[in-house]
Amino acid sequence: MYLKVLSLFAAVVLMAACSSTPKDTGNANGAGLGNNGLSTGAGTGAVRPGTQEDLAANVGDRVFFLYDRSDLTPEGRATIDRQANWLKQYSQLTVTIEGHCDERGTREYNIGLGNRRATAVKNYLTALGISPNRVAIISYGKERPAVVGDTEESFAQNRRGVTVVN
Amino acid sequence: MMATFLPRVWSGFGAVLVLTILTVTAPARADLNLDLTHGTIQPIPIAVTPFFGTSDTGQRLASVVSADLERSGYFRPVDPTAFVQDPAALQGVPRFADWKLLQAQALVTGAAAVQPDGQLRVEFRLWDVVAEQQLTGLAFMSTPDNWRRVAHKVADAIFKRITGVNGYFDSRIVYIAESGPALKRQKRLAIMDQDGERHQFLTNDNTLVLTPRFSPNSQEITYLSYYGGKPRVYLFNIETGRQQVLGDFPGMTYAPRFSPDGGKVIMSLSGGANSNIYTLDLQTRHQTQLTDGPSIDTSASYSPDGRQIAFESDRGGTQQIYVMNADGSGLKRISFGAGRYGGPVWSPTGEYIAFTKLAGGRFAIGVIHPDGSGERTLVEAYHAEGPTWAPNGRVLMFFREGSSADGRGKSASLFAVNLFGGNERRVTTPVDASDPAWSPLLP
Repeated sequence: MYLKVLSLFAAVVLMAACSSTPKDTGNANGAGLGNNGLSTGAGTGAVRPGTQEDLAANVGDRVFFLYDRSDLTPEGRATIDRQANWLKQYSQLTVTIEGHCDERGTREYNIGLGNRRATAVKNYLTALGISPNRVAIISYGKERPAVVGDTEESFAQNRRGVTVVN
Repeated sequence: MMATFLPRVWSGFGAVLVLTILTVTAPARADLNLDLTHGTIQPIPIAVTPFFGTSDTGQRLASVVSADLERSGYFRPVDPTAFVQDPAALQGVPRFADWKLLQAQALVTGAAAVQPDGQLRVEFRLWDVVAEQQLTGLAFMSTPDNWRRVAHKVADAIFKRITGVNGYFDSRIVYIAESGPALKRQKRLAIMDQDGERHQFLTNDNTLVLTPRFSPNSQEITYLSYYGGKPRVYLFNIETGRQQVLGDFPGMTYAPRFSPDGGKVIMSLSGGANSNIYTLDLQTRHQTQLTDGPSIDTSASYSPDGRQIAFESDRGGTQQIYVMNADGSGLKRISFGAGRYGGPVWSPTGEYIAFTKLAGGRFAIGVIHPDGSGERTLVEAYHAEGPTWAPNGRVLMFFREGSSADGRGKSASLFAVNLFGGNERRVTTPVDASDPAWSPLLP
């Protein structure tokens, strides 16, 4: 019994050691960038062009969706239009679109819905001439909310597609 | 004396061998029993006496047995401080008059001793105090460190003898342990006995993991991991700690569950905007696509006989529950009430499918028969989700989520409730908890 417990934890330590070597910050830690609420921040001179901060402050790094919907709103399309122009300007950049949901859905359905939202953003970027090879997607379902709260307003902020520079 | 020898199966949790059935000569008369088919029940007063022996194991065994029975809601343990006969005196036929005075209807007596070979031998007898007769008696052999599992097996035997339904106490829970701030929640796999004891964390908190489910032999867990920034279905071997990706799919895989024979894992695969249901044969690694359409098809769950699959799909506009044959044919929608129906889980008895429902901005945990009849709500709340069945199909566990105590974040906890929505109990965990999955009865 005790041997068994030890073997479990030994395996966990090994996994931890592996996971710190490969660089996948764009996916796993990108969520943190997206959570800073920079989309409404004022563009100050301190922001370096062609960075996530630039995208968030001067272009808009996220689009929002209606409840249980994945079709783009007119505001969402306008934001993605600007994102496409920005990506043409910085043609060396690749991005990951994170699809997110509010908490009013079952966990597994929301993973599917977040995927659908991220795909909607990717498809529109691609239609605007951005190579699909530059755009990865990931669904976080309801696992990475932008704001805490169970009001209509916080739900609306959490139903989003966030474009994260890799 | 009849002897029953069960095969000794290595369970990964320590083996318990049922040795013998202890019998007495008294003829069977009117039986003490309890009908579990109704919502309201009068708990049976039961006296669980310390198991006789030289160590304190006997006291600890009795405490675990008593707590199991009490938690079920079907038993009311009599206060041990009122006991008159001591464990030594109870090694023969009890003085039933003493126990009638305490209004006990059932009495548990036993003995526990470590044998010369180092094995722990535990025996118990269940008595009907009113009819003055033994109802059952069993002896178990195991290693002394395995005494908790022996106690759960004793409780299972008592539960079955009195209710006529299998017990569920010798079983485990795997769940997601949550910590950290709400915006960057850390989630890891954790496992514990059904009563919250023997708790262990199985993964670290660097990688987001979700929705663990047991294999039929309780040795493996299938779950969703975001390892390397790629959400995919994994397999965790409890004995070795080994984690491996399941299958070689071109997209995100999620919502995994084992088939009842353990040979396959069923899951969703994303392709473009849609998600379809696939199975992966664990031996041949052969992939089979079962659904195909412009919808999110997910949360697939096999019937216990393996012949049918329940799943949810938004093909009709919003999430609803469908049932199909295991080969994907014979599709039929079974949920038609107001709201969205998700996360179907087939009960181990086959007679119900549990689900999470969203209607009017509220969540509910409910059950429905596989033919779509008999829907009823067990728990309604903002926010309750993710039911899982006890091995006997009479109790469900789920999680509730709400604002944390400081009001600045979220807090999630596990709860158990019976099939009729009664006897709701919080399941204590060392940290916040969600996505519970109940194992089958351990071998």
